[in-house]
Amino acid sequence: MAKEKKGVRLEHISKIYKDPKTGKDFYAVKDTSLEITPGSFVTLLGPSGCGKTTTLRMIAGFESPDEGEIYLGGEPINALTPNKRDTAMVFQSYALLPHYNIYDNVAYGLKLRKLDKATIREKVTKILKLVGLEGMEERMTNQLSGGQQQRVALARALVLEPGVLLFDEPLSNLDAKLRVTMRTEIRRIQQEAGITAIYVTHDQSEAMALSDQIIIMNKGVVAQIGTPQEIYYHPANEFVADFIGEANFLRGPLTEKAGNEGTVMVNDIPVEVTGVANIDQGADCTLVLRPESAVLANQGQLPCKVIVSCFMGSYQNYHVMVGDTLVKITDFNPKNKRIFAVGEQAYIRFDKEIIHVL
Amino acid sequence: MATRQGAALDRKKLLGDPVMVTTIVVLIAFLTLFILYPLAILLVDSVYGPETGLTGSVFKRIFQMKSFRTAITNTLKVGLTVGILSTLVGLLFAYVEVYVKVRTRFMGGLFKLVSMLPVVSPPFVLSLSMIMLFGKAGIITRFLLHIYDNEVYGYGGIVIVQALTFFPVCYMMLKGLLKNIDPSLEEAARDMGASRFKVFTSVTLPLILPGLGNAFLVTFIESIADFANPMIIGGSYDTLATTIYLQITGAYDKQGAAAMAVVLLTITLAMYLVQKYVLEKKTAATLTGKASRARMAIEDKSVTIPLTVLCSGIALFVILMYICVPFGGLFTTWGYNFNLTTKWFKLVFTKYKGLKAFRDSFLLSMASAPITALLSMIISYLVVKRKFKAKGFIEFVSMLAMAVPGTVLGIGYIRGFVNGVFGTGFLQGIYGSAAILIIVFVVRSLPTGTRSGISALRQIDKSIEESAYDMGADSFKVFMTVTLPLIKDSFLSGLVTAFVRSITAISAIILLVTPQFLLITVQINEFAEKGSYGIACAFATILIAITYGSVLLMNLVIKYFGTSRKIKEAQ
Repeated sequence: MAKEKKGVRLEHISKIYKDPKTGKDFYAVKDTSLEITPGSFVTLLGPSGCGKTTTLRMIAGFESPDEGEIYLGGEPINALTPNKRDTAMVFQSYALLPHYNIYDNVAYGLKLRKLDKATIREKVTKILKLVGLEGMEERMTNQLSGGQQQRVALARALVLEPGVLLFDEPLSNLDAKLRVTMRTEIRRIQQEAGITAIYVTHDQSEAMALSDQIIIMNKGVVAQIGTPQEIYYHPANEFVADFIGEANFLRGPLTEKAGNEGTVMVNDIPVEVTGVANIDQGADCTLVLRPESAVLANQGQLPCKVIVSCFMGSYQNYHVMVGDTLVKITDFNPKNKRIFAVGEQAYIRFDKEIIHVL
Repeated sequence: MATRQGAALDRKKLLGDPVMVTTIVVLIAFLTLFILYPLAILLVDSVYGPETGLTGSVFKRIFQMKSFRTAITNTLKVGLTVGILSTLVGLLFAYVEVYVKVRTRFMGGLFKLVSMLPVVSPPFVLSLSMIMLFGKAGIITRFLLHIYDNEVYGYGGIVIVQALTFFPVCYMMLKGLLKNIDPSLEEAARDMGASRFKVFTSVTLPLILPGLGNAFLVTFIESIADFANPMIIGGSYDTLATTIYLQITGAYDKQGAAAMAVVLLTITLAMYLVQKYVLEKKTAATLTGKASRARMAIEDKSVTIPLTVLCSGIALFVILMYICVPFGGLFTTWGYNFNLTTKWFKLVFTKYKGLKAFRDSFLLSMASAPITALLSMIISYLVVKRKFKAKGFIEFVSMLAMAVPGTVLGIGYIRGFVNGVFGTGFLQGIYGSAAILIIVFVVRSLPTGTRSGISALRQIDKSIEESAYDMGADSFKVFMTVTLPLIKDSFLSGLVTAFVRSITAISAIILLVTPQFLLITVQINEFAEKGSYGIACAFATILIAITYGSVLLMNLVIKYFGTSRKIKEAQ
């Protein structure tokens, strides 16, 4: 549907703000470079204050970067005002024009482009059908549910056939159930429309479900770029590992190494691992172990002591101590297994391939 | 940090928007020329003369004048008393409205009327009624109490009249503050064993203390800037505003008047700066949240009855004073002959060119109202929604006009434009024309309009305008298709407020009006000074009818065409 899918490139982008309390300058976004390929769905994910929204607003043109250049479809756009940019944004608060009905909201941008009435009607009707709002043209925006307002906001952006569609945490005002429905809808519509989309969120499950690529940001810099799988199973650093899902960190030196294989001494106990090709022998490293990747058993790699054991229905939630380190384990289908009680000794068991070494 | 291009890019984006740039440039020019320049010229005038060069002799001279020194003391004394009185009465009304259970329709209507009357009436009618009720021929003094020599003129008269005129402003300000106090704070204090009085002194009062200071300063400024009341009821008790007026119209001492104006301006400006930059911030800091739920009103009869009686007493007294005005225009001779007659009204239109006065006042105000309303909405939009370098300047100067007494502005215009800008003859043509009167009206009403515009715009989610901008609308389109429709109500009420303020204005205009224009307020002032209360009251009655009518019309228009109604209906 888009006239032309466009890619977005950020080259060494920085944005500096003044801290209102201390009066000092700080980087909201620092030296960020990105390449977003045409037609892909990319999510900017990170905790609040990581610079993801600032990055999005710089792409839209509401903020001007203090350093670097932004390209849209190969053209530098730093000096363009938002209304001259081939982007359309879906706002967190939807930002529907409250004095217009649905039809006029969606037609607003088209009227500005001076299209003739028949074309406008045709386009609006088509897009309202795509988002599932046909027949509701005459309603005022405050007669709509949150999910419907969200659809109008999406339709209003889509109908302009922008080179890039921008989303600023669009689902954060919806209840949990609707959020899941809407994110599936957004993904479907983006694919049908074949449009480049950049999506800002702090909700990792949203990012996982929607994205071709996830860009994780922290404190103004990019922490990792990758597919959802890459980011989950091969986090580039502790921040990413901790931010995405839950992670246990076990530390120790890499004592033996043969190619990609090696042994890490955790609490003086050897643990065999893979994927250490880039780590020097003798170097301290961190093992990332997801709670659901391990189970408690009578035999295994690491001896531990159970300090919390809690039945959660579909899984048993354990907190165990490996030496001084707290490790959380979620053991699924507990009914078929032995359940350890608080104070018992046990072993953590896992496949060595499941461990990610940092 | 590396070189910052952000600011440069923002500038570039701004410059790429010609409508926006033009608007900003025109605004800055307007504000500089018609607010800053006249004030600056006063300052220059008071320290520099063509023959004397740079000198402090003018100030020395005026400070040696005993009348001027007395005027300063008088002004400060009046300002202080009026400030305190208005704040206290305002607090009483606000407290009763928010805290005390007196929900009868009668009281509600009374409160509404009291807060409304000063808005729609010329600022000095209370002086008229004060004289008619308590003066030598006053109905109450002479006929009810048989006091034949009551001296209503002077300090006491000014204070009572001003306090009654200005306390509704405090009432409205403090009402907003009290409503924002979370009731659970007070309930917590009660729960810990504090008596109701202790709660008031240890919780409520400290919380609104900055707000009280704020209200005090606002009325203080209003009081010392007030011209017409001291003029009518001051008698020989001169304040700064009247002294300045007499210095220029009586003694033709333009330099002296300029220096006096600088003194008056310094006082109001200092108060204004304290109010705006110290107290307003503190108020915002102590009262941030919204009330979490409704407050349990006080039902204790030992509290409700005295407070209710006190409030309705004051309210009824104020209303009585306003009712006096139309009767003043209907009695044959006030104080002696109470036969009803229409001769004063007839005289207004026959002998005293009433029709021309109403036409002139009406047309000039009609011309200034839309300019003011549009200008203040544009300023509010720029201040709230856009960022650019000159924004601070625009906001500061347009609000500054609030601290400039009308008399000072009037003198500034005379000195600034009688020979054109800087004596070059540029814009000399506007002096004595309708244009300068309209400009004065605009400048005088701008702060109120801008303030209400700003608060209306702050309620609107910024992203609504951003979304329109994002969809391809330029600044002008965004303003016309989104901002203005969303603050239509505020715009309409700004329109009417500007009209009402203009048609009831007197202080600056009395210095600038030329014989070719007859203005109602100037006529009322003239006849009141001469003691022709019948004519003055007839004029004032018609004026109040016009202003009250336009406010009613506005409410009707807002009700049927306002945005809020459309949105409300949909819900």
